[in-house]
Amino acid sequence: MSDQKIAEMEKLNERNNSAKEENQTECRTQDDVKRVVDMALEAGRILLRNGGEIFRVEETITRICHHFGVEHVDIFTLSHGIFVSAENEKGNAYTKVKHIPLSGAHIGVVAEVNELSRQIAEGKVSVSEAEERLKEIDRMSSSRKEFQVLAAGAAASCYGFLMGANLTESVVAFCIGCFVQMWVLLAKRWQLSKIVVNIVGGMLIMAAAILAKMSSTMMELRLDGIIIGSIMPLIPGLAFTNAIRDIADSDFLSGTVRMMDAVMVFVYIAVGVGIVLMTYNKLTGGFII
Amino acid sequence: MTVQEIFNHALCSFVGTVSFAVIYNVPRKYYFACGVTGMAGWMTYLLVNSQSFMSVSAASFFGAFAVVLISRILTIYMKCPITVFLVSGILPLVPGAGVYYTAYYIVTNQLTQASLKGMESFKVAFAIVMGIVLVVSIPREVFHMVFWRKKQVEAPK
Repeated sequence: MSDQKIAEMEKLNERNNSAKEENQTECRTQDDVKRVVDMALEAGRILLRNGGEIFRVEETITRICHHFGVEHVDIFTLSHGIFVSAENEKGNAYTKVKHIPLSGAHIGVVAEVNELSRQIAEGKVSVSEAEERLKEIDRMSSSRKEFQVLAAGAAASCYGFLMGANLTESVVAFCIGCFVQMWVLLAKRWQLSKIVVNIVGGMLIMAAAILAKMSSTMMELRLDGIIIGSIMPLIPGLAFTNAIRDIADSDFLSGTVRMMDAVMVFVYIAVGVGIVLMTYNKLTGGFII
Repeated sequence: MTVQEIFNHALCSFVGTVSFAVIYNVPRKYYFACGVTGMAGWMTYLLVNSQSFMSVSAASFFGAFAVVLISRILTIYMKCPITVFLVSGILPLVPGAGVYYTAYYIVTNQLTQASLKGMESFKVAFAIVMGIVLVVSIPREVFHMVFWRKKQVEAPK
């Protein structure tokens, strides 16, 4: 082994030791408890906001608190709020409540926070480092808008094909999928509510599909494959899976709230598609499929 | 089904799942694993659905079962939350078609058909739920190599 490597290892060891000492010396006073719990709660908030499950949030907070010497932690997590009460061995206690509105999905952030909590448990990260890392993670941007639009198109055309559309219909589904994702991104910038986003999204899909059907002179387009494909980008996959996983962990309250969230989105999409379909039927006086 | 069709379905489910991974901001290094998960789920669904004695909801159940099982194994090997693979992998099985047909039949006033389709998509959703719950409740230790190694050591005695 070369000298350089040995030196490096020694340095690493020293760093680990100093980190350990720092951890051991920490949490003697009220301020330290506050700082650790604040940091843990911030990690929990980021997880919950970006689509982490309830048990993951609770496990992360408990793990961080225990590692930094806050021995007694009680957590009550709902789908849109975290309540933490913590106490160290000297009886310094601290309680905090945090409200977190139901919102978007960013699995990359969940993976990052998970990695951070893993490193904290291994003793590689100090409190101040963890605070820095959390700030960085919170600022993490989503993938580029163009990619998202193209991905939605690809998803729409692929699922359309899986549900029995032919090649031409898949291409139409690709265009509509891109179009719908543009609307979703625009709505996110304007901060429109879920009701408006999904109802208008469903209407846009149906209107675009009918338009494509009417303007295609060469061949007969079947609408079902196109529409089933293009509504895929709107479907709340994350809310649905998280709801099921919460219910599987017996977090029935949060699971029900999230399931309601997912089911309502399904209903909004159906209403949006239905409105345009009905108007078209009334105007032309017949079934179109 | 011909080989060509099977290939098309495999490719489409792979690309579709990866696109969903992009939409949900999954880190780039997991794209391939996500695609494989989704593809495996859809192929299982097709296989079970092609048997004459199996229903659509049974096929969805086995599809979901395969997706969650693979996700849990990948979670251990790649050291990341299960959500990464699960969310995009399960999406091909979600009954989007059922929602559309239900809305369509309600609007066109074919209520018998509407309730049939509505119940069917409810059954499919419930089958997916059962698939996820079943695999998620397997204890975590079973998926670690250590668990099996210990078993193997103990067995000869």
